[in-house]
Amino acid sequence: MVTVTNLYKRFGSQQVLNGLNLETNIPGIIAVLGPNGSGKTTLIKSLLGMVIPQKGGIAVNGKEIRGQSDYRKEIDYLPQIANFPGNLKVKELIGMIKDLRGKPARDEELIAFFGIQSFLDKKLSQLSGGTRQKVNIVLCFMFDSPLIILDEPTSGLDPASLIKLRELLGREKAAGKTIIITSHIMNFVEETADRILFILEGVIYFNGSVSELKAATRQDDLEHAIAQILTSPTHV
Amino acid sequence: MYKILKYSFFDLFRSRWSFVYFFFYLLLGLVLLFLNNDLSNAIITLMNVVIVLVPLIGTIFGIMYFYNSREFTELLLAQPIARRHIFLGQYLGVAISLALSLVLGLGIPFIIYGLFESSAIWDFFSLLVVGAFLTFIFTALSFGIALKFENKIKGFGMAIVMWLFLAIIYDGLFLLLLMYFQEYPLEDFALVASVLNPIDLSRTLILLKLDISALLGYTGAVFKEFFGTTKGSLISFIVLLAWVFIPVWGMLRLAGKKDF
Repeated sequence: MVTVTNLYKRFGSQQVLNGLNLETNIPGIIAVLGPNGSGKTTLIKSLLGMVIPQKGGIAVNGKEIRGQSDYRKEIDYLPQIANFPGNLKVKELIGMIKDLRGKPARDEELIAFFGIQSFLDKKLSQLSGGTRQKVNIVLCFMFDSPLIILDEPTSGLDPASLIKLRELLGREKAAGKTIIITSHIMNFVEETADRILFILEGVIYFNGSVSELKAATRQDDLEHAIAQILTSPTHV
Repeated sequence: MYKILKYSFFDLFRSRWSFVYFFFYLLLGLVLLFLNNDLSNAIITLMNVVIVLVPLIGTIFGIMYFYNSREFTELLLAQPIARRHIFLGQYLGVAISLALSLVLGLGIPFIIYGLFESSAIWDFFSLLVVGAFLTFIFTALSFGIALKFENKIKGFGMAIVMWLFLAIIYDGLFLLLLMYFQEYPLEDFALVASVLNPIDLSRTLILLKLDISALLGYTGAVFKEFFGTTKGSLISFIVLLAWVFIPVWGMLRLAGKKDF
């Protein structure tokens, strides 16, 4: 689905991605982990064409993405910080994105699923952080695309919504989609992810399942396994 | 691109700022006509306002809109829409709504006053065309500056400096050079220098239309000779078009390279 070869990205003097390689062939949930500033968001934004790498190639479904925009029809993206134009109503924003994509959407189903019907006529600037994140999730999932990219999907969600999100992810996974997630909530990652990609200093440091990571670091839970890599970064 | 243009246009429409701009011109037009009691005089006074104010408003509006709609832009960038369509659409949305406020705001009072029966109609028409050109030019320049500078304060400052330079400092330097080299024949230099700055070019175009170029002395005669010919008008028109297309092209190039 996604092939990244030898990707380099520098912001000013800061080298963020340092020859990163990645291939996702099997559908399922892939968690991208790493310390703050390790390049998770940069990798994700490079996949979406929002960040333009200095060197290296990215192909989605076998097609090189540089300078292209049509490939994004196959991608749903949830940005990290849900900042929307504040003077729009929720209903208008959803309508606008539907109009721009020109594709059938399952917005009503998702609005009901997350219980945000009563907010549809409110302006986005009046919503709480959690509600805004729910709108963000509805916008992201409503197009039913085969590749889903989620940057910190759990931020601001209450436990009930978190359970709903997990349920939704399970359904999407069962439908054969590839889902790329970044998150700092290790419980969430442990329960949902099929594969862990650990990014350190701009390269993929570990690529395997949760149990493989635990075995390699000889730790019982994911949080400690990650901490183990960060404190003694010898190759696992 | 058309959809982006539509949303940007309606966004500005709802934000009421285009109405403020529209009513400002409406009021200005009515007051000037009432005080001058004469169409031609009102046009001359209006020219002095339009030449300085339209670039300033285009600059400030462009830069404010760009920084304020950053979130919307990021949302669009993740959609299957080409970057140049996003930025071109937003630019046209801002520039068209500003130009429309100007044309309608000034047009309505003049039409009420009986513009269509007057011989000043072409002078007024060229004032509006020049005003629309200046709006498109300065909105494009300010979009470029906003793309270049991530920091809002820096971007705002640069935009104001750009306006200040083209509207005021350029003329000052121009005059200084004329004074300094007054022993030499400077008509050609003066001509080139006024064609290269869109604000000076617009002012010259309108002044010559108004037939008061006799006040400009010998240089005025040279100008009249140049701008009065088809070749001269064509060159001025091409330069104004270039002043729109080059900044728009540069703005789209910057947008293509930027990380969001």
